Amino acid sequence: MLQTINLETIASYAAFYLFAGMAIGFAGSVVYQRNPLYSAISLIGVFLSLACIYVTLASPFIAATQILVYAGAIMVLVVFVIMLLNVEEDLLSTKRLKSLTAVGAIMGLALASQAGFIYYAVTTSLNRSATGGTATSQPTMGATQAIGESLFTRYLLPFEATGLLLLMAIVGAMLLSRRLSTENLEKVVEHERELRHDADFN
Amino acid sequence: MDLSPLIFVVLKTIACFVAFTAVLMVVAYTVLAERKVLGYIQGRIGPNRVGPWGTLQPFADLFKFIFKEDLIPDKATQFVYLLAPLIALICALMPMVVYPFGPTLDLRSLNLNSLPVIGSYISPHLDVFPFAITRFDVSLLYVLAITSVGVYGIALAGWASNNKYSLMGGLRSSAQMISYELSMGMSVIGVVILSGSLDVFRIVELQANSRFLGFLPGWYIIPQFLGFFVFLISAFAETNRVPFDLPEAETELVAGFHTEYSALKFALFFMAEYVNMFTVSAMCTTLFLGGWHVPYLGAGGIWLAANLNFPYLVVGSIGYVLISIVFFFLKIFAFLFFYIWVRGTLPRFRFDQLMNFGWKFLLPVAILNVILTATIKLFWYAQ
Repeated sequence: MLQTINLETIASYAAFYLFAGMAIGFAGSVVYQRNPLYSAISLIGVFLSLACIYVTLASPFIAATQILVYAGAIMVLVVFVIMLLNVEEDLLSTKRLKSLTAVGAIMGLALASQAGFIYYAVTTSLNRSATGGTATSQPTMGATQAIGESLFTRYLLPFEATGLLLLMAIVGAMLLSRRLSTENLEKVVEHERELRHDADFN
Repeated sequence: MDLSPLIFVVLKTIACFVAFTAVLMVVAYTVLAERKVLGYIQGRIGPNRVGPWGTLQPFADLFKFIFKEDLIPDKATQFVYLLAPLIALICALMPMVVYPFGPTLDLRSLNLNSLPVIGSYISPHLDVFPFAITRFDVSLLYVLAITSVGVYGIALAGWASNNKYSLMGGLRSSAQMISYELSMGMSVIGVVILSGSLDVFRIVELQANSRFLGFLPGWYIIPQFLGFFVFLISAFAETNRVPFDLPEAETELVAGFHTEYSALKFALFFMAEYVNMFTVSAMCTTLFLGGWHVPYLGAGGIWLAANLNFPYLVVGSIGYVLISIVFFFLKIFAFLFFYIWVRGTLPRFRFDQLMNFGWKFLLPVAILNVILTATIKLFWYAQ
């Protein structure tokens, strides 16, 4: 394949390597930072770089939702919790969990092989499409309308299932965090005591 | 090598620079207007010493901030402490790139080729000139996304200062902005359902080209008054303005999240707050008040309906564009005045009142508005 070299190709390659490098750098920083807040900020950096890569892939909708949901909502909560707990740096033990090193190595290997497989699959499919196969990606793939249509037709069941899952999570969180009035609390304690008593009896 | 992408990039950079400078100038005078209007509300005169009627006061303040000593608290987390004001100001400025300031100017009708020297360079690249820096499919989502990132500026500033008042301010602001972002996003969905588009540019064009009952301008404030109401209140909370200025709350928290900030870094936070006011007003104008649209004025004169076109006020394409831009800014200024007016009128909420109001009143109203709008639109189209 011979590509004509023009400014746009150079710019798109430069943008990809810039943002991909930023994503990898921030991801490394998430793991290596000793301060939990710095890790959180690095994770926000990862999300922002990923959003930039989505923009270069002509999927602005995914990019915007990426920032809106991950950087704007979830990470705000994470930062909020870190600020509330305010873990002192010297309170963290310097000993890492040694026993998990093997598990980490195995999972890293699995991820690396997965990346290799994806690279292999993409390159072979590219070669096939170059030799006359059908191209898999449509030009409207990243457009908002296309995403909306496929969400509400072809992928309706997974979409609704996700919605139900989130609703369950909300109800569960409210159940766990609600404050009981004193009399209700006494009832719950009484009930627990009876249950334990039964368990002991049996 | 074709250089047109390079020219494109240079043009966009210049446009960003001009727009940001313009916004910062407007912001400088919003600060002055706020001090003047608050002064009159409270029976004072307000700043009147620097320049005629105090018109040079913003620049005097700016120079004061530049020349003040720049203090960094000893126990502050340096990197985050320096990062926070930058995040605040950048996230406040970034949404400006998508708002259309005026109708698209058709340069082909102006015969630019006749211009000496520049004409032959400009005309191949520009045949229409949209008064927006960029336009893309999901610009409304982009604005919401950038706004949601802006909270880090305040939250991190509160944390990094290593001061309990700052931390309280940072925590309050995170909780407040998460809560009110939801109702803000929900209130916008009504407009999205009506227009069927997430593109701000298209939303404005749709409002300019439609009308209600044949004579009212097609602004979305008329069918979406509930959404407008929720959006306006959430906007006050998102910009941390009175009556939702709990992150600063000077009677309780000294100055809240920016207690430890001084000199130019404090000025950055200060500017960010007013830039946020401007961008939120621009968004409100764009979504609910027809953006640059002037009621009953079209490119071809006074325009009452499709077949009632009076060519009395034909101002030409440039005149039409200029009047529209002026109207866009007038609408924004009306909102800015409203902000100041409210600051001079209302007391601050208590924190539990703020949370209850956001979660138990605003959000349900916004959701109700979405359901109502969707249902009505569905039956409207079913007919």
